[in-house]
Amino acid sequence: MVKSEEELSWKDLGVGCVVNEPGNASQYKTGDWRSIRPVWDKEKCIRCGVCYLFCPDMAIGKTGEGYFETDLYYCKGCGICVQECITGCIKMVEEEE
Amino acid sequence: MIEVRFHGRGGQGAVTSAELLASAAINEGKYAQAFPSFGPERRGAPVIAFCRIDDKPIRIRTNIYHPDLVLVLDPSILRIVNVSNGLKEDGILITNTRYSGEEIRKELGIKHTLATVNATLIATEEMGLPITNTTMLGSLLKARNILPADSLIGPLNKRFGRIAQKNINAFQRAYKETDILI
Amino acid sequence: MGKRIGIENSLAAAEAIMMANVDVVAAYPITPQTHIVEHLSELVADGELDAEFIPVESEHAAMSVCCGSSAVGARTFTCTSSQGLALMNEIVFIAPSLRLPIVMILANRSMSGPLSIWNDHTDVMSIRDCGWIQVFTENGQEIFDHVMFAFRVAEDPKISLPLIVNVDGFTLTHVIEPIEYWDQETVTKYLPDFKPVNVLDPDHPVTMGAFGMPSIFTEAKKSQDQALINSKPGIVQAWEEMGKLTGRHYRPVETNCAEDAETVFLTMGSFGETVSIAVDELRKQGKPVGQIKIRLWRPFPFEEFRQAVQGVKKIIIVDRAISYGGPGGPVAGEIRSLLYGEDNMPVITNFLCGLAGRDVTPEDYIAMYEKSEAMKGIVREEDYIFYGVRE
Repeated sequence: MVKSEEELSWKDLGVGCVVNEPGNASQYKTGDWRSIRPVWDKEKCIRCGVCYLFCPDMAIGKTGEGYFETDLYYCKGCGICVQECITGCIKMVEEEE
Repeated sequence: MIEVRFHGRGGQGAVTSAELLASAAINEGKYAQAFPSFGPERRGAPVIAFCRIDDKPIRIRTNIYHPDLVLVLDPSILRIVNVSNGLKEDGILITNTRYSGEEIRKELGIKHTLATVNATLIATEEMGLPITNTTMLGSLLKARNILPADSLIGPLNKRFGRIAQKNINAFQRAYKETDILI
Repeated sequence: MGKRIGIENSLAAAEAIMMANVDVVAAYPITPQTHIVEHLSELVADGELDAEFIPVESEHAAMSVCCGSSAVGARTFTCTSSQGLALMNEIVFIAPSLRLPIVMILANRSMSGPLSIWNDHTDVMSIRDCGWIQVFTENGQEIFDHVMFAFRVAEDPKISLPLIVNVDGFTLTHVIEPIEYWDQETVTKYLPDFKPVNVLDPDHPVTMGAFGMPSIFTEAKKSQDQALINSKPGIVQAWEEMGKLTGRHYRPVETNCAEDAETVFLTMGSFGETVSIAVDELRKQGKPVGQIKIRLWRPFPFEEFRQAVQGVKKIIIVDRAISYGGPGGPVAGEIRSLLYGEDNMPVITNFLCGLAGRDVTPEDYIAMYEKSEAMKGIVREEDYIFYGVRE
């Protein structure tokens, strides 16, 4: 986006306020909604990918070694990955830590 | 401007009758308006329809309160609706009846000029159905020469297609068999 | 120009829509709009009109379908009335915010209850502020002409807004009268192909109908309001070009004998014709009476209206809807507000009449004139009068 929403005047809006820049939701940083973040214990992780499947924000991705990690630009810290993890290898830690 | 009020029963084609008359007038290059008394259609209930014909554009969009002509499609209506209500003094009441004009005048006390025709008989003989809407148009044009009689042929053909000729026959017979009582 | 034929106005409207080469019709039948929709479905079924007729399960669905079809670039038509419009309401507001040039004929009818199917302007006034362009028609010819006008204006890329053609239910929809059809060549000349400003197309994805946070909503609404205001020159131009093609000249505000009039009647829709007869009669009696008709209801033609009432001392406003407990009928309320603070402000008397199909005759208008002449100045307790109500 060229301007943030707060900077747009009514004249900047297109006909019907159509968003003609497809996929620009990816620019939306949801990572700052987070106060806790998931941390993986590689010792216990069996690389099954259940966390990847259940992440509602598609923030979890695979690393080169086949383990999983979250993209902190998008991760909202919801903890669903922790809930779903089979081996219990994911823990939520305070952002402040 | 000539204003005509049609009385019939729902399903007998009073609205169609008004439409055919307006179409004929428009085809003749005149201005005309036809419309029902607006409302839900109820088969058998007494209904009215209206038609205005003029040589200039018609601006008024109200019901007709003082018609020049009143056309009654169904004789049973005569005894339940005050069909001559508002009819101009020099207006004509045109009705389907098996009685004579004198008898109708005496029974109903109608002072206006009366045009009578046994349209039920004509329609039954010509079309096999006692639907008198097209028949009565013949009587209407006989009673007052508002349009040439053959001006209805086109609209009748357009509206009724295959069965148009039967309607035309009934229409023409009514034109011939209508009696006028001044 | 094409042939002159005697036909029911609703059927002529459907045939005008066919001649306008509509792509999609999504509508649900409701009295007194039914004949338009029935005839369109017949024309499609008979192969005369190459369009999608989508028989939806409700008016809510009808308008939803219309939004979708208009968004993909199809010329789109719908038609409703009264309770149907009420059911459609939610989506009616969305179409202009998405700037979708849908055309709708609204066969004006009262809103229940008591249950009623007859004509007044309660339905259109319930969506007064929906953001569509809104015009009124007075007779069958005007309906036919305004179908062409509607598509041309709505789809004008400088406008791109939905448009309602108001047609008095029964009083116009169920009347047979002579209509001069356009020939196809004239239609083609007047009405260019629809080239939508935005299109939903998988190859060029866009988002339509995104949500608006409080931080952007005001700007979105200002831009929509401005789009409606800015549509006026295109509207006037479309009427002017039609005038050249057909010899019939339409304007945002139309007048009759108003130039030297001290008192004018103000109407919208089919009542204007009957009022003109009352005006003729009063003129014959030497009364300085004229009439003003608002053809363009939204965007409201402020300048033209002020021009039309120049020198007028009294306006008799005929309202056909009630603003319960409000400042008179919706038209009178607006006119009072727009004349507020003007020099030599005319006195306004406001009659509510013709509710749910009650006949209003030339004699009734003359009676309104006489009643209004007898009223001196602004009489607050008579801000509006239910004309002819039985006490």
